[in-house]
Amino acid sequence: MTVYKGRIWLIFEDGQLMDDIDTDMIYHNKYLAITDKSQMGQYTFDNLKGYEDFAKKAQPQDIVVVGANFGSGSSRQQAVDCFDNLGVTCILANSYGAIYKRNAINSGYPILTIKELDISALSTGDVVSIDTDSGTMEKDGLVIGRTMPLSTVQKDILAAGNVFEYAKGL
Amino acid sequence: MGQTMIEKIMQKHSNEDAEPGKIIWIGIDVRSARDFGGANVVKNMNTYYPGEKVNDRSKTYFTFDCNVPANTIAYANNQHICRKYAKEQDVRVYDVDAGIGSHVMIEEGLLAPGETGVGTDSHLNILGAIGAFGQGMGDQDIAFVFKAGKTWFEVPETVRIDVEGDLPANCTARDLTLKTVGTLGTKTALGKAEEFFGSAIDKLDLSGRITLASMATEMSSIIALLQPNDLVLKECGAARGSPVQGIAPDADAIYSGNVTVDIGGLKPQISRPGKPHDVVDVETVNDVQVDSVFIGSCTNGRYEDIKAAADVVKGKRIKSGVFGSVVPATRRGYIRLMKEGVLETLMDAGFLISNPGCGGCASGQIGMTGEGQVQVSTSNRNFTGKQGAGFTYLASPETAAASALLGRIATKEEVK
Ligand code: SF4
Repeated sequence: MTVYKGRIWLIFEDGQLMDDIDTDMIYHNKYLAITDKSQMGQYTFDNLKGYEDFAKKAQPQDIVVVGANFGSGSSRQQAVDCFDNLGVTCILANSYGAIYKRNAINSGYPILTIKELDISALSTGDVVSIDTDSGTMEKDGLVIGRTMPLSTVQKDILAAGNVFEYAKGL
Repeated sequence: MGQTMIEKIMQKHSNEDAEPGKIIWIGIDVRSARDFGGANVVKNMNTYYPGEKVNDRSKTYFTFDCNVPANTIAYANNQHICRKYAKEQDVRVYDVDAGIGSHVMIEEGLLAPGETGVGTDSHLNILGAIGAFGQGMGDQDIAFVFKAGKTWFEVPETVRIDVEGDLPANCTARDLTLKTVGTLGTKTALGKAEEFFGSAIDKLDLSGRITLASMATEMSSIIALLQPNDLVLKECGAARGSPVQGIAPDADAIYSGNVTVDIGGLKPQISRPGKPHDVVDVETVNDVQVDSVFIGSCTNGRYEDIKAAADVVKGKRIKSGVFGSVVPATRRGYIRLMKEGVLETLMDAGFLISNPGCGGCASGQIGMTGEGQVQVSTSNRNFTGKQGAGFTYLASPETAAASALLGRIATKEEVK
């Protein structure tokens, strides 16, 4: 059983989870020369309107909640790695850009997809727990949302660490 | 529940249910790396799996086609890195003389209908022409497949494209292809598979099917799949040396969308510079003066394409001041064109003939366009800067040949 527990960040725009956050808003291209993962976290979302100070305020184990088509745009791996470097536990989105999904799954970074979520029951800073096996998301012992089941692919790679580690076991 | 072609192929290669939207593991029959990306695949292999063998050497290949023979030291180095690695691993290299990798795979029967292949070539989905699943991927993804022999895909939804009407005598598979690209644009099939239906599709020969499938990428589609007809099965069977099976969608397959492309009364088509999907009738731009013409690429570099161009220019001369080049897609095609005197016809008309490969499409190999220069090309992309600093129109080999003769954009019917 895998449970992700942490403080949530609701990334909002006009009172709704923000859609179409592209890789330049997540990790701007001016930092692409950086290859050391430990230097990436500090720039997370610094080009996302309203969340420029995210990296300063984020704490290990936080969970980021966003809307549809998260990570559209370029193929930069940094847009995944920056969250890992900050210690962000996982990302929860309505959907993901195709390349972002490939990069996140291959690097063994947990991304979860929302099936249903009662946003009105939540505020940024609330502590929630997500059980990826049952797909339930709870706050104070009450179910406030559901996530899509993880594919066997994603489970296999998460268990191994990343796609390259996974292949070693084959 | 009925399945589309892509779902059937993925199902056959997986032990999970191939439902659209679901991510599943898929066995890969052929794994390749070309001279673009290949050296990085080797680097990844050496980093993550030092001293280890590839999963199955008989299914793993290097194909050099981008810059052949290398005319930059960077490409020469990359090819050399791949050759050394191939020797260590005892895997086959289709070297700089072989031709475009995806075409070589079909000609040599490395891949047959219903099978799966991946490589570092963004147009590897051309394999949809024989009803096989091909996909281009990044160098990390390909290194993983070299080692694992499988990879994961999100099963795409499928768009059904019905081509209505018969192809008029003055049009070719390329005109049908351009009409389709113009109709669908880059959004309709974004991230989805395409399946083509219609009597005009059934009649397409392998060469025409390759032309159509090669432009799935320009429609932002994962792959354009065509159900093989008897002729294609025969050709693929001959290439493999044993009979091959076709693959067909179920009658009750579920499609996420339907598009109709009407080709009744179609006129020769051309893409204007910058966007492959900016397609118009050739006659609307036939006052545009042409400086150079390129006939070749994975879209129109087959024997049949080059023969068709030669038939237009036979006994005539390219307009003085226009530069024309021809690059057969593969060595085999080249030999046949040479033996049948087709290359001679083209040389007599004033064309330059180069060795097989991507030359003319991958920039630099047989010359680029200069600023302001207008080119008519049979390749699949005309983005700004792709073939130099000039303006590239995309059209059929016949239209390209006629334009070379008249020094302006023209259909073959305008050649007297
Ligand atoms: S001819 Fe052009 S599009 Fe085709 S494989 Fe070669 S470089 Fe790619």
